[in-house]
Amino acid sequence: MTDRTLAEDAIPARIAIPVELRAVAIMLTLAAFGYVLFPDDLAFLTRLISIALLVLSLDLVTGYSGVATLGHSAIFGVSAYAVGNLCLAGQSDPLLLLVAGALAGALMGLASGALITRFKGLPQLVLSIAVGQLVAALANKLSGLTGGSDGLSGISPGRVFGIYAFDIYGRTGYVFSVAVLIVVFVVLLRIVRSPFGLLCRAIKDDSLRARMIGARVYPRLVLMYGVSGVVAGIGGSLAAINTGVVGLDSVSFERSAEALVMLVLGGAGSLWGALIGSIVFQVFEHYVSAANPFHWMTMVGALLIAVVLFAPKGLLPLAISLTGRVASALRSRA
Amino acid sequence: MTRPLLELRHVSKAFGGMKVNDDVSFSVAEGDRVALIGPNGAGKTTLINVISGDLQPSEGCILVGGVDMTTHSIPRRVDAGLIRTFQITRLFTSLTVAENVALAVMQKKGLTKRVFSSAIGRTDIRREWQRVLGVLDIAHLADRQVSQLAYGQQRLLDLAIGLALEPKVLLLDEPAAGVPSDESSRIIEAIDRLPAHIAVLMIEHDMDLVFRFARRVLVLANGRLIFQGNPAEVTSHQEVRRAYLGSYADACHTH
Ligand SMILES: Nc1ncnc2c1ncn2[C@@H]1O[C@H](COP(=O)(O)OP(=O)(O)OP(=O)(O)O)[C@@H](O)[C@H]1O
Ligand SMILES: [Mg+2]
Repeated sequence: MTDRTLAEDAIPARIAIPVELRAVAIMLTLAAFGYVLFPDDLAFLTRLISIALLVLSLDLVTGYSGVATLGHSAIFGVSAYAVGNLCLAGQSDPLLLLVAGALAGALMGLASGALITRFKGLPQLVLSIAVGQLVAALANKLSGLTGGSDGLSGISPGRVFGIYAFDIYGRTGYVFSVAVLIVVFVVLLRIVRSPFGLLCRAIKDDSLRARMIGARVYPRLVLMYGVSGVVAGIGGSLAAINTGVVGLDSVSFERSAEALVMLVLGGAGSLWGALIGSIVFQVFEHYVSAANPFHWMTMVGALLIAVVLFAPKGLLPLAISLTGRVASALRSRA
Repeated sequence: MTRPLLELRHVSKAFGGMKVNDDVSFSVAEGDRVALIGPNGAGKTTLINVISGDLQPSEGCILVGGVDMTTHSIPRRVDAGLIRTFQITRLFTSLTVAENVALAVMQKKGLTKRVFSSAIGRTDIRREWQRVLGVLDIAHLADRQVSQLAYGQQRLLDLAIGLALEPKVLLLDEPAAGVPSDESSRIIEAIDRLPAHIAVLMIEHDMDLVFRFARRVLVLANGRLIFQGNPAEVTSHQEVRRAYLGSYADACHTH
C-alpha cells in the first residue's frame, strides 16, 4: 500500500504548479541580488542574461536531447542581426523586436536542426561547427546587413509598452531582461516536463529504443531545435536591444564554445544547471578579468579543470548532493 | 485458420558475403506462442532486427497484418503492433522506472507530440503505467532510477515497456537470460500471463522454458530454418539434434 502511494505521488509532484512558482521566486531573488551587487554595472547583468538564454537554448538540444553542437551562436547572432536591422529600419517596439528575434531564431533553429540532427556523434559535431562557421563567414561578407567587422550600431529601441524608455543606467533594460528570462524559464520548465520533453530525454538515452516504442526521432529533434532556436533568438534580441550594437562576436565560434563550457560547468540536462553555469562563469570572468586582465583566461581554465575533476556532472548536481549530505548530517545529529 | 499477424517470405540477410539469415519463411497468427531456438550465432537476433526494422533484409519481405512492411520505418511497424524487447537490455537510463513505462503509454496514445502539456500526471496515464508495473510485480520500483535497478529488474522493465505498447505481435529476445532464478521465474510467469490474443515469438535457450511456453518451435541453424513443428517433435528430429539439442535430446530419450 505504501508503495502504491509513493508511486502515485512520484510524477505529478514534479509538474505541479509550485515548481513554476518557486522558480519565479528564486529568480526574482537572484535578480534582486544582482541589482544590489552590481548597481553600477547593470549592463553586465543584462549581457549575462542574454548569454544565459543562449546557454538554456543549448541545454535543450545538448543537455536534454543529446545533440552535440558547437555552432549554437549562429542562431543567437542571426536573430541579433535581424533585430538590429529591423530596429534600424524603424520598427523599434521592444516587444515586437523580441517576437521578430524569436521568429528568426525559430527559423534558424529549424533549418540547422534539420541538417544537424540527421547525423550522429562526430559527424554531427563537425557539421554544427561548419554551420556556425558558414554563418560567421556570411556575417563578415554581407556587410550591408551586418556592418561586417564594424558591426551594426545605432540600434535604439523604443519604449517598453510605450512607457518605459531604455535609460543609460540600464535599469529598464535590466528589468525587461529579467522579466523575459523568467517568462522563458517558466515556459521551458513546462516544456521539459511535457511528454515531448520526456521523449527528448529518452532519445538522448537511446534513440534506437525510442524508435522501438514508436517515436519519430528525427521530427522530434528538429522540433526541439526549433524551440531551442526561439530561446537563443530571444537571447540574441535582448543583446541587440540592450547594447544597441551587434558585432561579429555574436556569431563567433568562441561564443558557441563558451556557452557549452557554461552548460557543462552548471550541469547539462537541467535548466537550473544551465542558469547557474552561466551565472557562475560570467561573474567569475567579470571579477577575475578586472583583477588580473592578463591571466584571467588561465584562471578560468583552472576553474574548469577543477570542476571537471571534482564535479564532472557540473556544479548543480554537486550542490544538490552537498546540501543533501549536510541536511542528513544535521538530521542525524538532532 | 486465422490470418497471420506476422509473415516472413524468403527473408535473407547478409553482412558482406556472410548470409546470417538464409531464406527464412514462417508466419505467426493471433494467440500463437512460438519459440525460436538455435545455437549461438545462428542468426536469431539478426532475424528479430530484420523483423523489427532495425535492419533491412537483403531479400524477401515482411508482412504485418497482411501489409507488406519490408520498407517501412521502425515506428510504423510499432504503430502496427509489432513490438520487441532486446537481448541486451535497452532502457532510458536517465528516467525513472515509472517514466520509462509512462513514456511508452503516452507514445501509444499519441501524446508525445505535446510540447506544453502535463499529460504524464494524468490519472489515466498513471493508472496505465501502474497497471503494467503491477503485472510484472515491480510497482514498488516506480520511483527508482534505472541505474539503481538489478539486472533482473531491468529485464522486467524492458518487458514492461513492451507491454505498455499493447503489442499485437511481441518479439522477445531471450527475456530470462542472465537473470537470477527468482526473477527469471517472475519473467516466465509474466509471459504465461500475457493476454491470450497476442502473438508471441520468443528466442530462448532454456529448453525447459521452451517446452513450457511454446506451442510451436522454429529451429534456426546457420541462418536457415531447419525445422518448424510442435515441441514434442523437435527433440526427435535428427537434424535438429545434430545442429543444436545434442545432449539435451539424448537425456530426454534415455528417460
Ligand atoms: N551488424 C552485424 N554486422 C556483421 N555481422 C553481424 C552483425 N550482427 C550480427 N552479425 C553476425 O551474425 C551472426 C548471427 O548473430 P546473431 O546475433 O543474430 O546470433 P544469435 O542467434 O542471436 O546468437 P546468440 O544465441 O548468441 O544470441 C553472428 O556471427 C554475428 O557475428
Ligand atoms: Mg541473440
